[in-house]
Amino acid sequence: MPNFLLLLHQTPTSFRNLSPEEIQKILGSHIAWREALVKRNKMRAGEKLTDDGGRHLRTKGGMVSVTDGPFSESQEILGGFFMIEAEDYEEAVEIARTCPHLVEGRWIEVRRVQPVHVT
Amino acid sequence: LAQRSENVDQLVDHLFRQEFGRMVSHLARILGAPRLAMAEDAVQYAMLQALEVWPYQGAPEYPRAWLAKVAYHRALDVLKSERKLRFYDDEKEVRLRNQLEELQATGTAEHLRFSQEVADDRLALIFVCCHPALPRPASVALTLRVVCGFGVEEIARAFLATETAVTQRLVRAKRMIRDEAIRFEVPDPGQLDERLGAVLEVLYLFFTEGYAATAGDRLIKNDLCAEAIRLAQSLAENPATAVPECHALLALMLFQAARLPARTDALGDLLLLEEQDRTLWDRPMIHLGLAHLAQAGHGDRLSAYHLQAEIAAMHSTTEHFTLTNWKHILALYDLLCEKQPTPVVLINRAIAMAQVKGPAAGLDALKAIPVDDQLGRYIFLHSAEGEFHRQLGNSTEAEASFHRALACARTEPQQRFLLRKLAALRGPEESV
Repeated sequence: MPNFLLLLHQTPTSFRNLSPEEIQKILGSHIAWREALVKRNKMRAGEKLTDDGGRHLRTKGGMVSVTDGPFSESQEILGGFFMIEAEDYEEAVEIARTCPHLVEGRWIEVRRVQPVHVT
Repeated sequence: LAQRSENVDQLVDHLFRQEFGRMVSHLARILGAPRLAMAEDAVQYAMLQALEVWPYQGAPEYPRAWLAKVAYHRALDVLKSERKLRFYDDEKEVRLRNQLEELQATGTAEHLRFSQEVADDRLALIFVCCHPALPRPASVALTLRVVCGFGVEEIARAFLATETAVTQRLVRAKRMIRDEAIRFEVPDPGQLDERLGAVLEVLYLFFTEGYAATAGDRLIKNDLCAEAIRLAQSLAENPATAVPECHALLALMLFQAARLPARTDALGDLLLLEEQDRTLWDRPMIHLGLAHLAQAGHGDRLSAYHLQAEIAAMHSTTEHFTLTNWKHILALYDLLCEKQPTPVVLINRAIAMAQVKGPAAGLDALKAIPVDDQLGRYIFLHSAEGEFHRQLGNSTEAEASFHRALACARTEPQQRFLLRKLAALRGPEESV
């Protein structure tokens, strides 16, 4: 079955004032969403990425240059990713649609992993 | 893989709120009361880390151990960076190093501490938060925050205060703990009476706020009641603190909380004691209250909590409103007035008086209450007055009283209640 990458975009978040109860409530919806996919054997992997711009590597004239990725508190970053399994884009989108990440100001990019057929 | 002891797909209700108090207590024992804010920040940090990472990886196998480790490591990091800024200070260095070692040992172990140790830490933290040197409102806010794990916004919602006001109270309280050098410990027996008195008062204050039908978020207020009962229970279970007053306060809270489900109708409107469906009262809770009231009887002290619990017990164990033993209740209110002549107590005594000797006697008792500015705005004074006038057939005076009460009403249910009273005055055909 094809794999899809869900790229979770967001602005760096400041949750500082959330109460323990609120934190648990938000977490509860995330855990339930992920756990349902695990049970259906659809979840391949998932990781949180740090809130910074990362590093960008480019070559110019045979030289590799490394720069800090653009970063500011208000700028959108790639917050994390999931690798899921789905029949097609339609199913992958259906899965992503219910992800609790999707609140105002955040979005999800769904990318299909290029299948390689080796026989 | 066979044993996933704590986390099965979802987290236990209120796990974070309860862990917050537990972890802050333990860290504050290691760091000392003056560093309460550091303990609190470390725990908040750990919970925010969970919020960042768990959505992607799922909840860890042992969520509590995970949170504790992150919090302890955070505190350790902060301590280390703090140490770099310090000049030579032998004694502090040694203490700090001991703290670090203990922290490291705990931080790497799986949450295997004895529940007694956890209870002792929490008890010590309660005594810190409710130190008599702190203003009571500050103690209330701080206890709710660091012992019970409520958020600033939740406390603000329960007390109808602004978040800024609550934050200021918290900051001030923590500064006073530092300045007064309050120690993180259960006070010794010589000091216990005074210290415990302040603790009970704080618990009573936030229980009352939770119980009050005034404005504020009902769900949060119910949680406030539940937390007050939980803490009072832990005091009543601990041999060091299980004094008769403690049992009396716990009994009082249980009797009151048992009646919460019957206090409003389907629309959320307030029901008087005589209108409540007594089958909705929580019987097991009332029985638990009676058990604690019995334990409160040991010793020869009779506190205001004893008397209030006794009165609440009378109501809670009476099958029907008409069977209420008002004579006994009035006698209890007379005793209570000697100890605690607050407006609420005096008004309630007047109501009991009216039940025993008629509405005219009730009115006289109300008139005898010295009216200050604050009491003039007291809704129950006016509504009780209106009710007595109504019973005496003075409908003009009754109407005026109910209108005065209406002007003090803070919530919609209170307003509807009084409008219902006013409508009933104008004639039964108009009131539906």
